[in-house]
Amino acid sequence: MKQEFKQSILDALANPSLTGALGNFSVAYRAGRAKAYEGIDFEGLRTQIADVKSSAASRLDQLAEQFSRAAEARGTKVFRTNDPQAVKDYILRLAQERGVKSIVKSKSMATEEIHLNKYLEKAGIDVQETDLGEWIIQLAGQTPSHMVMPAIHMTKEEVADVFSDKVEEGQKPDIPKLVKFARGKLRSKFLTADMGISGANIAVAETGSIVIVTNEGNARLTTTLPKIHVAVVGLEKLIERFDDISPILTALPKSATAQLLTSYVSIISGPVPNTDGSPKELHIILMDNRRTEMSADPRFKQALQCIRCASCLNVCPVFRLVGGHVFGKVYTGGIGTILTAWFGALKESDEIQSLCIQCGNCKDVCPGKIDIPDLILELRRRLALEQGQPMVQKAIFSVVNNRRMFHTMLRAASIAQKPFAKEGFIRHLPMFLSDMTEFRSLPTIADEPFRDRIKKIEQPKCAEKAAFFGGCLVDFAYPEMGESVVKVLNKAGIEVVFPEAQTCCGAPARYSGAYEVAAQNAADNIRALLDDDVEYVVSACPTCTVALKQDFIANLEAVGRTADLAAGRRLAEKTMDFSTLASQLVEQGRLKFKVGIDGTKFTYHDSCHLKRTLRAEQAPRKLMQQAGNELVEMQESDMCCGMGGSYTLKLPELSAPILERKLENIQQTGAPLVLIDCPGCVMQIRGGLDKRGANTKVLHTAQLLAESLE
Amino acid sequence: MSTIAESPALFELFKLRAEAVSAQVQRVATKELALELIVRLLHQEGVDDQPHCYAVWAAGPMLNRSAQEKMERDVPGLKFTVTRELAADAKVGISQLEWALANTGTLVQTADAVDTRLVSTLPLLHIAIIPTASLLPDIPAVLRHIDPRKSSYLSFITGPSRTADIERVLTIGVHGPERLIIVMVDDLEVAA
Repeated sequence: MKQEFKQSILDALANPSLTGALGNFSVAYRAGRAKAYEGIDFEGLRTQIADVKSSAASRLDQLAEQFSRAAEARGTKVFRTNDPQAVKDYILRLAQERGVKSIVKSKSMATEEIHLNKYLEKAGIDVQETDLGEWIIQLAGQTPSHMVMPAIHMTKEEVADVFSDKVEEGQKPDIPKLVKFARGKLRSKFLTADMGISGANIAVAETGSIVIVTNEGNARLTTTLPKIHVAVVGLEKLIERFDDISPILTALPKSATAQLLTSYVSIISGPVPNTDGSPKELHIILMDNRRTEMSADPRFKQALQCIRCASCLNVCPVFRLVGGHVFGKVYTGGIGTILTAWFGALKESDEIQSLCIQCGNCKDVCPGKIDIPDLILELRRRLALEQGQPMVQKAIFSVVNNRRMFHTMLRAASIAQKPFAKEGFIRHLPMFLSDMTEFRSLPTIADEPFRDRIKKIEQPKCAEKAAFFGGCLVDFAYPEMGESVVKVLNKAGIEVVFPEAQTCCGAPARYSGAYEVAAQNAADNIRALLDDDVEYVVSACPTCTVALKQDFIANLEAVGRTADLAAGRRLAEKTMDFSTLASQLVEQGRLKFKVGIDGTKFTYHDSCHLKRTLRAEQAPRKLMQQAGNELVEMQESDMCCGMGGSYTLKLPELSAPILERKLENIQQTGAPLVLIDCPGCVMQIRGGLDKRGANTKVLHTAQLLAESLE
Repeated sequence: MSTIAESPALFELFKLRAEAVSAQVQRVATKELALELIVRLLHQEGVDDQPHCYAVWAAGPMLNRSAQEKMERDVPGLKFTVTRELAADAKVGISQLEWALANTGTLVQTADAVDTRLVSTLPLLHIAIIPTASLLPDIPAVLRHIDPRKSSYLSFITGPSRTADIERVLTIGVHGPERLIIVMVDDLEVAA
């Protein structure tokens, strides 16, 4: 990672108006969005959108033809090109031929994508953005920091300064007055402009219509007052049927700004009369710029289902810290990372893709049903193929992958750590390692790993068997969690075995784009875990569980190792996360809670993989309530804790503030105990609370459950 | 259509949703009452035959030629001939729209004629006349009634213009109207 990029992160974090505005917005957005979708079947709606858009993405060429025919039959001029330069040339030539001196623009990301304004201005044409946010950043000489709210990073004081500097002196930081000022100044621009340029939110092939969704009314003026209207439309806006605009219009305002509908929706299907009675000259430019190429890519075709609502930005724990000037170029946030890689060049996304912590929030809210985190991983994989892995990373994986060497090194470390360890924590590390313990203490490496400890547990004779997948943290840092799992399963009559040949789950390699390594991990583990004839394979780590249930197969498929796939599927079927298995055993009457124990208040932190991939967030809550404890929900219980596996090592400057917010939310509940199903989250949160000197206890669900059963 | 329009729940929902986005909703039984209401509103707003005080009305089916002429005599400053200059200078714009959508508080209009857009974009106050019988539940319902093959410019209007572009503070009235008064008329026929 370049120093420059790290510095841009630090600058963003040090900007209180940015982090404040984005942080507050993310909270308000979450509530607002939920209210806007009240009574609506979001899954049904987004399936409809995904179907419509995916079907369109499969035949962009055909739909573009159909659109052109329909629009041209009505007198619209349609120009289609793959080349961004050709778009700019077309508009400039048109402007010059018609003697255009001034242009008003309503918001268009497609024109941002090709830097149209600069090109036209260089040719001596006056170009005015008229969307308030776009106008502000145009005056300030900046780029949009958010796709829907381009100037969200600026305070009213900064806006007043920009207006005073660039337009008219003496503007006060009073929002209604600033808005009035903009209305007045831009009104005369609207009335005198020779050309209006807009984007479009939807383009309907069968009718040749474009749909424009706005709030300020500027698009209505842009398309009404000047005699020439040019709409620049990305090819991914195409859908086939007019009726299909309905699900998109239903979701877009709700997902974008938590509105039921924006103030204005304009559907333009042909030239209409100008104010002097002459017919409007309407040009629609269908811009490809690699969208067709994207549609031919089996993985990235999905990204064309985007309706540009920016909800992936609004729910992102990283975006709300750094904003769009760090996280993307023209298009920002999660989807922006993907679009930057395609509309620019793959390597342009090299740094921003590393910002993704893989929490999966964006995937959950995406109205186009795009698996954004997965596509970012795919970018990572392709970048690793193209550029090779960094040396240090390669060295780490060669150790992780060599089971024996890895274990030997960890044991050596458990001895080497002694000078720094106290009460099971490492609170300070010297020199270049100090970053790692600056904001949270680290757990010490256990003297005796779980793989050795389990041999000493005397297990009762059982009818059933479960294989336990330890994962690095349970095995080497928190063996007591593994012991609790054994205790619980033994009570249900299940013997726990620990297949010795198991190795790293491959998540670190996968999340770094090193798929060959991840696939090797998958193959080794599949063999090891299926070796014994067991009823269940269980893990107390959701990330490992997801690896066993899903990622092994994906890793093998990604590198074409088909021979191991069938066994991988067998393993996936047997694998369960601890809490889901325990609830099942409770339901079957195989586990009974102690009666008359004094319950405690607890709060529950949702691990990303347990909640959003395994969808198992209710199981631990219910178990602990059944055991007689009282749940006090925290704010944003399902927001990432900032651990993200190796993320916390690569980007500690972001991991730390994400954790801070989590700790605030935990402490606000006043509960003396936090329960968590993921040892990684335990490490992050327990370490953070220790650094704060808080006496809130942090336990894995298995640990409390083991004490609550008969 | 009439069965839907007669449903009081639909009107209540429309009113609720329109008011939630800062529109005002007035319902009257007859066209005559609607005209009286509009005249009253125009007087209240200080409409007059003076610069910056005009009202522009994009002629619609509610008024025939002679009724328009009478209105122009009754209300100085009210113009049915809408030019770009007049609309830009007017205080109030008036137009009739075709459909109302209950669950979003939206009005829908065939807006090929430029005057219909001028009066609803340029003045600060837009008075929107709508037949009560045109009430439909939602977007999918209205898509069955409008046809982009027949109309080149369809407008959906939901409340006055708004922005939250500065510090996310909702501010009503940016480039379009800052007030929207919806006059819903029970005996007004739904346009074909």
